[in-house]
Amino acid sequence: MSRSDVLVDADWVQAHLDDPKVVVVEVDEDTAAYDKNHIRNAVRIDWKKDLQDPVRRDFVDQAGFEALLSAKGIANDDTVVLYGGNNNWFASYAFWYFKLYGHGDVRLLDGGRKKWELDSRDLVDGAEVPARAATEYKAQEQNTSLRAFRDDVLAAIGSKNLVDVRSPDEFSGRLLAPAHLPQEQSQRPGHVPSARNIPWSKNANDDGTFKSNEELTALYQAEGVDLAQDTIAYCRIGERSALTWFVLHQLLGQQNVKNYDGSWTEYGSLVGVPIELGSN
Amino acid sequence: MCGAKAGGPDLAGVDVANETIIQGSVTRDGEPVNGYVRLLDAGGEFTAEVPTSSTGQFRFFAAPGKWTVRALVPGATVDRVVVASQGAQTEVPIAV
Repeated sequence: MSRSDVLVDADWVQAHLDDPKVVVVEVDEDTAAYDKNHIRNAVRIDWKKDLQDPVRRDFVDQAGFEALLSAKGIANDDTVVLYGGNNNWFASYAFWYFKLYGHGDVRLLDGGRKKWELDSRDLVDGAEVPARAATEYKAQEQNTSLRAFRDDVLAAIGSKNLVDVRSPDEFSGRLLAPAHLPQEQSQRPGHVPSARNIPWSKNANDDGTFKSNEELTALYQAEGVDLAQDTIAYCRIGERSALTWFVLHQLLGQQNVKNYDGSWTEYGSLVGVPIELGSN
Repeated sequence: MCGAKAGGPDLAGVDVANETIIQGSVTRDGEPVNGYVRLLDAGGEFTAEVPTSSTGQFRFFAAPGKWTVRALVPGATVDRVVVASQGAQTEVPIAV
């Protein structure tokens, strides 16, 4: 697998906007961003409404994912290109999710919505929504080799790579959430003992594009992460760590990397588990 | 497009006394600019990023201390260093 199999630039997307076998999908933290404007012919997936179980804290199941993609007009053999705001945090989360359910060809738009906007590329009005005929999408069983659960994290303390991708202030316990959100969470601050703090942002340039594979490899080496070992990445709710998972698993080709989507909102609320405060 | 509004977004419903707020607006020749604003900590590390509103405004919920506010707009990047404190709004007007 090469970088271009999973990452495309804006010129590539521009050239494929009318390709019926390429489906551009916007996934944003701000789920109303699509309503303001979006890339022409892009469909929307709402990470909260479409991808989460409405009752339990978990994903939609296999049948739910099949129903979602069928309704969006996405076929199993389509090339799906994901993009979004926040430096592709939620687009990366959706990418991981598509892989979890076994979609063949899924890619990220490098730099996402921000790079597209900073380059002053065209966006269409939010009301201009493409009509795609429904499909009969078939998902695979969830590939849990990509997903870590809380017991995996506890078992990894001191023995596997734990990469905490939150900002240094969240890692040390000074903040409970990213600084654009009110700090109202009630769970304990801090991090999983033995975790390395390598913020997701170190993977990206200011414009949201990913750094080169050479720069990324050097980053993890300099931080003392032995990529030959199993690795679990986590953040607050699993979206920023999906971006780091994308870097390690998809760009750098490390197969033994999992994303812990329960992340700090789960771990920091568990009774009796060890927590560390302070910086690395 | 609405005109630029001075200061940050409306604070209705925000627990101002307990939050450490950094907010402001990004303008060019007095008009709001659509772009992004990122918050960097005292070590220069990324902490958060928001798109500006249609009136050019932005807001962060930070912790007390020194921060850099960086505006990213088409064709320009502008930094402002601020010191924030709990219970107070730190206003950061950025002209690009």
